Amino acid sequence: MYTFTKNTKKICFALIAIGIIAISYGFYSASEKHYSDDEIKKTVKTLYQELSTVTVKDKSHSKYKSNGDYKFSDLFYAIENKLHCHFSQEEIERAETIDDVIYITKHYFHAQKQRPWSSLFVSNLFFLMISLGALVWLAVQYISQSGWSASLLRVPQAVTSFLPFGGLIMLFIIITGALHWHHTYHWMDAALTNEYVVEDTIGTDYPIYSNEKIDGVVKNKKYDYIIAGKTAYLNIPFFLIRAFIYLIGWCLAAFMLRKFSLNEDLEGGLRWHNKMFTTSAIFIVFAAVTTSTGAWDWIMSIDTHWFSTLFGWYSFASFFVSACAVIAIITIHLKYSGYLENVNENHMHDFGRYLLAFSIFWTYLWFAQYMLIWYSNIPEEVTYYLIRFESYHILIIIALILNFATPMLLIQDRAAKRLKGQVLFVAILILIGHFIDVYVMIMPGTVGTHWHLGFVEIGTFLGYIGFFTFIVLNSLSKVPLSQKNHPMLIESEHHHI
Amino acid sequence: MNKEKVIYGLYGDDDVILDAVKTIRSKGHQVNEVYSPFPIHGLDNAMGLKYSRLAICSFIYGCIGASCALLMFWYIMIYDWPMNIGGKPNFTLNENMPAFIPVTFEMTVFFGAHLMVITFLIRCGLYPGSTSKSPDSRTTDDKFLMEIHTSGDEKEVKKIKDLMKITGAEEINEK
Repeated sequence: MYTFTKNTKKICFALIAIGIIAISYGFYSASEKHYSDDEIKKTVKTLYQELSTVTVKDKSHSKYKSNGDYKFSDLFYAIENKLHCHFSQEEIERAETIDDVIYITKHYFHAQKQRPWSSLFVSNLFFLMISLGALVWLAVQYISQSGWSASLLRVPQAVTSFLPFGGLIMLFIIITGALHWHHTYHWMDAALTNEYVVEDTIGTDYPIYSNEKIDGVVKNKKYDYIIAGKTAYLNIPFFLIRAFIYLIGWCLAAFMLRKFSLNEDLEGGLRWHNKMFTTSAIFIVFAAVTTSTGAWDWIMSIDTHWFSTLFGWYSFASFFVSACAVIAIITIHLKYSGYLENVNENHMHDFGRYLLAFSIFWTYLWFAQYMLIWYSNIPEEVTYYLIRFESYHILIIIALILNFATPMLLIQDRAAKRLKGQVLFVAILILIGHFIDVYVMIMPGTVGTHWHLGFVEIGTFLGYIGFFTFIVLNSLSKVPLSQKNHPMLIESEHHHI
Repeated sequence: MNKEKVIYGLYGDDDVILDAVKTIRSKGHQVNEVYSPFPIHGLDNAMGLKYSRLAICSFIYGCIGASCALLMFWYIMIYDWPMNIGGKPNFTLNENMPAFIPVTFEMTVFFGAHLMVITFLIRCGLYPGSTSKSPDSRTTDDKFLMEIHTSGDEKEVKKIKDLMKITGAEEINEK
């Protein structure tokens, strides 16, 4: 039995407190700094008029003089001073009319409002998918009849206990998105998918949109035919139904595998082991489909115009290697605390191989996706990487170094894989690297170029580490650490490579 | 000073010879060589052999392969005859790198795999023109042979022969 010590609990609670403070601060500052669309429009127009009345002679003395010499650089500078915001050079260059300026300013404030939601979403998705990855890992051990892992299977089982918690918060984020509290999924906006709009309602808070040509409608200017063409799959009811199916399926599989393994402890024999084998096999088929569609729904649909056929595997590779890293970290923690006496350097060797193999698999998929898009250079595909390489370049480089170069150089050697400390170090780096990777998947589509990796994001991530660790270790301390009737326990004990 | 003697013990089973190696080594004798028709798991540990450095060679060969591939690309595609393929940048190696990665990867694997196999064969004495080192041709079929070098002291030879007999040797020869 593992005892969840008071000190570990204290660390978890401290991290959770940091997370709650960070996310509350995020929501508070987003609402504090927020201006409504009308206010922005009015302010920009007033500033524009003020600036245009200033004569050329006075202009050099004006307090609104900026360094740039693009058409609206002075206006942008004035807006920056007045509303305390910040525009990128590219945005200043891009603006051609006063409407563009208003649009860009609005966009900045929408991104600010979106920021706490996105940071919550990134952390939650990351840890939810890690627990799903651990469930797949567990199922793979049963399907492949692996002997080596038999003495540590309680660890992935405990990791899967986070699924219902992460799932509930995921549903919360999706449902609030459907209620338009935030715009993580901008295809949920009816303005984009309806061809017509009732003329009288234009300009009000809730315009009425329609796809049929009824009386009093005009063409909808915001209509986006690409997104509208995807409504058969991307519509709110079906999206919610799918989310429910995924989460219920995953939680059910996790619950069954845990229940069966506890029954096996009581009764022994092969009956429950065979049942777990069957459950795992069915779950793997379910997971093969749902991890892909889940990635399309929750991640790829953020960049609605863009699609990639291998996105599901690419993101799953990311989550699976993170799950391997988490399982390795917890196992090594248990080992350092004096548990799992049957786990030795041979098991570490296997963890090292898992981490190395799936890191290289992730890199392969990342590069396969990138190179095809880079080579074919089709505008609707390239946009995805354009924003990432222009605004998120440093994060991509860091992610590639942490996720590919680190495992490649540090745990390729046999002797290195067999050291607990080295595997732990690499696993932590991989975890950070994949958090950054998930961040780069989500952020460009939600907050655009106005990204931060500041207190809100990192604080939320730390909070989630505390939350996740608390749930997992709590669940681990409830049951015996070893499945005493697992048929391959002896093979695991004598595992030698 | 007696002449050095070589004692051969022929065994019929891989598990038996593995245990025999462990027992004989624990009694303080050096097992010089074991001939076997197939690799025996755990034998190198039992014989106290050093871990193979082939993996390090393989890493170096892989690095050579990657460098060769990049040098080849730089010369062919950038320096000697820049080619415009699909409008991709062809002025520096760095800018056109993504296009070269797949083949660089293949070259790395090619160099790593082939040179490693060649190294392995040479290290095992299987280069062209080499002769068989096995003293007993039955080890290529179903028998396992243990080879021990001793100083030729009568007492010690007898001790080793007894040990071999106890641990299950089917046939013991002396040379």
